[in-house]
Amino acid sequence: MNKVNPSPVIVSPSAEAEPITGSEILIRALLEEGVETIFGYPGGAIMPVFDSLYDYRERIKHVLVRHEQGAIHAAQGYARVSDKVGVALVTSGPGATNTITGITDAMMDSTPLVVISGQVISSLLGSDAFQEADVIGITQPITKWSYQIRRVEDIAWAVSRAFYIASSGRPGPVVLDIAKDTQVNKCLYDYRKISFLRSYQPLPDIDEQKIRMAADLINSACKPYALVGQGVILGRAEEELRAFLEKAGIPFASTILGLSAVPTDHPLNCGMLGMHGNVAPNIKTNECDVLIAIGMRFDDRVTGNLKTYAKQAKVIHFDIDPAEISKNVQTTVKVPGDVKQTLPRVTELLEERSHQEWLAEFKPYEEKEYECVIRQELFPDSGAIKMGEVVNKVTEATHNRAICVTDVGQHQMMGARYFKYTRSRSLVTSGGLGTMGFGLPAGIGAKYGAPDRTVCIFVGDGGLQMTIQEFGTIMEHGVDVKIILLNNHYLGMVRQWQELFFDERYSETHMKSPDFIKIAEAYHISGRKVTQREELDAAIDEMLAHKGAYLLEVVVEAKGMVYPMVPAGGSVTDIILGNGYKL
Amino acid sequence: MSEKRTLYTITVFSENTVGVLNQITTIFTRRQLNIETLSVSPSAIRGIHKFTITTFSDSEEMIQKLIPLIDKRVDILKAYYNTDEDLVHQEVALYKLSTEKVLEHGSIEYLVRKYNVCILEVSKDCVVFLKAGHYEETQGLFDELAESIGVLQFVRSGRIAITKSKVERLSDMLEKREREQNINFAESGALLREER
Repeated sequence: MNKVNPSPVIVSPSAEAEPITGSEILIRALLEEGVETIFGYPGGAIMPVFDSLYDYRERIKHVLVRHEQGAIHAAQGYARVSDKVGVALVTSGPGATNTITGITDAMMDSTPLVVISGQVISSLLGSDAFQEADVIGITQPITKWSYQIRRVEDIAWAVSRAFYIASSGRPGPVVLDIAKDTQVNKCLYDYRKISFLRSYQPLPDIDEQKIRMAADLINSACKPYALVGQGVILGRAEEELRAFLEKAGIPFASTILGLSAVPTDHPLNCGMLGMHGNVAPNIKTNECDVLIAIGMRFDDRVTGNLKTYAKQAKVIHFDIDPAEISKNVQTTVKVPGDVKQTLPRVTELLEERSHQEWLAEFKPYEEKEYECVIRQELFPDSGAIKMGEVVNKVTEATHNRAICVTDVGQHQMMGARYFKYTRSRSLVTSGGLGTMGFGLPAGIGAKYGAPDRTVCIFVGDGGLQMTIQEFGTIMEHGVDVKIILLNNHYLGMVRQWQELFFDERYSETHMKSPDFIKIAEAYHISGRKVTQREELDAAIDEMLAHKGAYLLEVVVEAKGMVYPMVPAGGSVTDIILGNGYKL
Repeated sequence: MSEKRTLYTITVFSENTVGVLNQITTIFTRRQLNIETLSVSPSAIRGIHKFTITTFSDSEEMIQKLIPLIDKRVDILKAYYNTDEDLVHQEVALYKLSTEKVLEHGSIEYLVRKYNVCILEVSKDCVVFLKAGHYEETQGLFDELAESIGVLQFVRSGRIAITKSKVERLSDMLEKREREQNINFAESGALLREER
């Protein structure tokens, strides 16, 4: 996971003579940090801040969500596509605890957020006051930093720290818990942008010897293979990565969060890793001689059984977070550092190569997967509409230039597998935590983060109903998102596991759903329900041509399966094609 | 307790802020590591606190992975681990005994000479001894006293430890950070507000 560290200590004193309220200090500090959009929900303990916000409403857009979980996921979606820090503003107690899922999600997926929560007045802290929750205690394990502000003098200082910490090094969420009295107390405004903290070293030192060792190992490799993670995107190192891969002719595959770092159709791109990734990338992990991990963290959904994972390979691991190196997979050459800096230095030392024979070894598996899985999923002749088929039609209709946002489950895997990417930061999905309910609010945030791009939100009937209240946000703010509901009337992924591993005992996975189109209509969101394949193309065109939000509900195969699949705990080579096909 | 288990001493230097201990213990808890002893105090460097934590583990690899997780918390300056060979370490124990029982058993002088303890308090009801030493020594005295005289109250501190190498390793890191940034911490705003 990588991120560029801004230049050292910039001190921009902007002291003024007149004391102002803590709330106004907060808002002005946010402006200094370049904040333009905030996702939030008011309440008792944060009212002074909302009052100050009223004075600045021309300069900061506040998006009123319908539930604080919506605010935090929207902030995540915003941060993920815009490369800025996402900001959520909520009240104390339940307001703050409603953001916990999203904060955890952001921590897992290294998303830079600043979450500002109100807190009871400082004299009541610890007394179980109305709407008091131990927000710092709750959030410490799920944030990069969380801090309770009890003095008005600390607001500017803490905001500056919060933005620096959230966005530097391996990014992550930060919580600022502001006692209500500090919001109304006054002091002089003096904002200093921080870009250095004694106790915090966001960029590990680069070890020249390791750079040399990595280059030597790659130069000596016959079957080098790169695994690309989100660190490349977070580190803005897409170009550096391409130069690295292309010079040495290294085939690569992406983790789910690494998708879109390099365009889908790049000749060296072999697809996606992991449980529902492509066949060749999984199998070849156990055949390469040098495995080069770049800004990824060997999640168990990528590695399967670690005991049989890439044992034949020498492993080079590039990551900004030293704690990730050798955490799960023993590493031969550890290259801590920002990939934007480390990759070019290795590239310089690489010999120009093309591993055509090795690359060709991927092809038979690709063809097999196409025959046994992909063709049937994307181009079925008859039967119920398939999820993959819808994803493929949508990505084609957007000329592969849209942002794909997903919820969690089968449709998420289909979205990741079959959406095509032509530019970076084009997939927003809950990778580490797997948070159902993420999709709709994250898509709203993504639209604010990239207003010029088409945002396609794929959701299931289960996940949509977890945060469906955000239809209200879409309605009120006229957020132009295209929602593609893949309705199979099941909690599909759980159902799939029940079919495979629980003797088809479908415990609590069938779901009776409301008339989604009518719900959308009640929120003034246009929509259409499609049950027949023949209607699909026209409906997608209608959705994309429509000005404003649109809900396209597609009734898909009830018992569709996501294949290929590495069974949980299995080895990457145990990947199965399903439907009785053998590799 | 398996034979292979080694006692590791983990030293953590942190900024003096509220809630650091919680951040550290959470990392132990998630990995099912039990903290045997804990001692916290200001370090030799102003404004920096030092935690000395001991924990048993049968896997050095586990401890190796633990350190960067502690290290990467924003308020933590540096974390290290050592085994006993690298350290000079000490614990302190207090023992409260009944004066009457002590006198029945022999003289106080006898106990002081035999066990090399300090006397902190003598009253007609009780005597309080202090003994500094390694765990085995303070525990050994407890076992003996409990057997022979009876111990009314007993308390033992967490381990404190100093490495046998020359410098406080943290100072090297701090100097390097100062050089890199070409600043003086105290003037930069890089310190906590309490120190500014």
